[in-house]
Amino acid sequence: MTTNILLAGFGGQGILFAGKVLAYSGLAEDKQVSWLPSYGPEMRGGTANCSVCISDEPIGSPLVLSPDILVAMNTPSYDKFIDAVVPGGLAIVDSTLVDRKCARTDITVFYLPATGLANEKELQGLANIILVGKMIAERSFVSFESIDHAIDKCVPARKAHLVEANKRAIALGKSL
Amino acid sequence: MRHDVPGQRDYRYKGVSKVQERVLMKGNEALAEAAIRAGCRHYFGYPITPQTEVAAYMAKRMPKIGGTFLQAESEIAAINMVLGAASAGVRAMTSSSSPGISLKCEGISYIVGSDLPCLIVDVMRGGPGLGGIQPSQADYWQVTRALGHGDAHVLVYAPSTVQEMVDLVVKAYETAERYRLPAVLLADGMLGQMMEPVTFPEEGAHAPIEKPWAVTGHQNARKHNIINSLFLKPDELEERVKSRFLRYEQIKKSEQLAEETMTEDADIIVVAYGASARIAMNAVKAARADGVKAGLIRPVTLWPFPTDVLQKSAKQAKQFLCVEMSMGQMVDDVRLTLEGSRPVHFYGRTGGIIPTPAEVLAEINKLAKD
Amino acid sequence: MAIVYKKPSTLTDAPLSYCPGCTHGIIQKLVAESIEELGIEGRTVGVSPVGCSVTAYDFYTCDMVQAPHGRAPAVATGLRRALPDNIIFTYQGDGDLAAIGTAETVHAATRGENITIIFVNNAIYGMTGGQMAPTTLPGQVTQTTPYGRDPKIAGYPVRVCEMLSSLTGVEYLERVTVNNIPNLRKAKKAIKKAFQNQIDGRGFSLVEVVSTCPTNWGMTPVEALSWLEEKMLPYYPLGVYKDRSAQKEGE
Repeated sequence: MTTNILLAGFGGQGILFAGKVLAYSGLAEDKQVSWLPSYGPEMRGGTANCSVCISDEPIGSPLVLSPDILVAMNTPSYDKFIDAVVPGGLAIVDSTLVDRKCARTDITVFYLPATGLANEKELQGLANIILVGKMIAERSFVSFESIDHAIDKCVPARKAHLVEANKRAIALGKSL
Repeated sequence: MRHDVPGQRDYRYKGVSKVQERVLMKGNEALAEAAIRAGCRHYFGYPITPQTEVAAYMAKRMPKIGGTFLQAESEIAAINMVLGAASAGVRAMTSSSSPGISLKCEGISYIVGSDLPCLIVDVMRGGPGLGGIQPSQADYWQVTRALGHGDAHVLVYAPSTVQEMVDLVVKAYETAERYRLPAVLLADGMLGQMMEPVTFPEEGAHAPIEKPWAVTGHQNARKHNIINSLFLKPDELEERVKSRFLRYEQIKKSEQLAEETMTEDADIIVVAYGASARIAMNAVKAARADGVKAGLIRPVTLWPFPTDVLQKSAKQAKQFLCVEMSMGQMVDDVRLTLEGSRPVHFYGRTGGIIPTPAEVLAEINKLAKD
Repeated sequence: MAIVYKKPSTLTDAPLSYCPGCTHGIIQKLVAESIEELGIEGRTVGVSPVGCSVTAYDFYTCDMVQAPHGRAPAVATGLRRALPDNIIFTYQGDGDLAAIGTAETVHAATRGENITIIFVNNAIYGMTGGQMAPTTLPGQVTQTTPYGRDPKIAGYPVRVCEMLSSLTGVEYLERVTVNNIPNLRKAKKAIKKAFQNQIDGRGFSLVEVVSTCPTNWGMTPVEALSWLEEKMLPYYPLGVYKDRSAQKEGE
């Protein structure tokens, strides 16, 4: 089985970090994984996106053009990628920031006010991780244990105090 | 499904056990760590996207292991620092991306002319000129044909996974030292920027090699050594170049590397290297699922070009399709190799655009119908 | 019979490639003598440039590397980092050091690389047959300034010691010449000091030697020496431009 994930939003929303957590969770389960960021000037305030592939087989192209799962954290990303989601796929949209509704009936779409919730629950900056929590609840291509393990791995030592908050964000996303 | 070319050396690093832990690393950082584990303690470079992580990684690691990281004033200075360090017999390296590699060409020619081994990493981006910063394979001609002036070749390794970046760094140093010429690791922005799981060979696993030619100060114990590329007498220079070309012949015989996938019964063989080969692999698998007998040959060495495996496959295959992130450069070598015996088609995207598996599949299907 | 003069043991028997009357031969000998007297031949690696002294690798008995045009300070930097206990020197002309290799020179100096540079300034490109150098004087006729160097077109000559003297990383800069015996003695002292500085780990030392090129200046060797005194020395004043050790002692 292969799961192709595309995470997209603004620079600074933790798009790449969320992708890294997913990639590490796949690694923890001894799967094949790849993580490919957009790079260059757009990383400094413009749009950022990140392709993550998690598979039981060697990964060919790491560039996700037709995602099984899309996370859209701003309107330009939503507009650009929503039609690319494969039929039967999943889209998770941060509705605090994206004021759009999808007309497609062949995909599952969740609209979660993740940024608003993050601010309410003192999880500032962790809307990305809330959305990851929801993703794993909907499509269990890795276990929540692996996600927890990945958070331990990905949060840098100087920000160790944020490990707990990240785990709470996952739990919150799972509960939505 | 992996087949190394029969009778060819297996490029996977052997003789040392790998540290078992798989870690997730960016290609640029993984190749830097691999160089350190291969014994490189002298890195000279200059920042340029999309390879700057190599320099940043070296800047962090080298001071902790007694090595040298030096940010040079230019690409030109960096390659000449490599020339100096390599003259002293140490494993030295530099890394850059396309426009920076152009600047290094002068120094690389001198390094070839002085018979020095070293490692040069080129993480390609779009050109010509300043071009762009997105992934590209548009420097194939430069790297395989003219990485500097003169009758000259360098070894060119083209990884297609982060793990292979690690394996080929080690291989590149060994081969470069054995034949005394520079080795280029030719990657692109996609491979440099992406993360994949890797395992590394153990630290210090490289086999030291005697370098009696190195300038280390003769300590009044031997005749003085001279590292030099100048030979003012034409007959002397011809002799030097010819003897170098004898080594090139040996390299062509024993150092070709390629990977074949589903070629045994293939009618259509896609030829692609590096990142393009990953996309081509998706397309070939999809074609097979549709009942089209497609296969993939992935050159791992671009110089020497893996002519043996291509010629062998031409006995079976009816046509070839070259896929590149350029307007078509390696396709020249495929055509030269097949000498008109089979039609060789081309599909490519350029300017930093990565071809999609669907685009490549459409090309395969078009050929299958013809 | 007493031997009153002999060639330093640090020079090979290879016949020199310099023109008659050229001061390269003298300067090269002063370098070789310094290496001999300091007893460092066995751990010295020299870097030869592109220009008239390109084949210097054949003349010195120490290990040698031939560098691309202007890149000798970068090559020396690579050697320095790979061979921390060795003595590394470059021997460069004005085109090599102050035109095509300006960046390498300036940045080796800013880094304070612990190397010794011998810079031979003869105000012309010798090896290619007499073209304008970065140090060619205003009005000086060369193959590429046939009506004399016009600063409005070709700019002004570079004063290397003055230019480098503002850099914090630099240990020692001195401009000398070899037009007569007293000056030759001073030049020898400066070159030896530039090596001694390196032995003591003091950092970047450069000695500029104002030199002649009778062939391309179109003069006899004696006329060339007069021209050097009359024209070059006023533009390139001799003296110490930086000496960190002397500054420290003076403080």
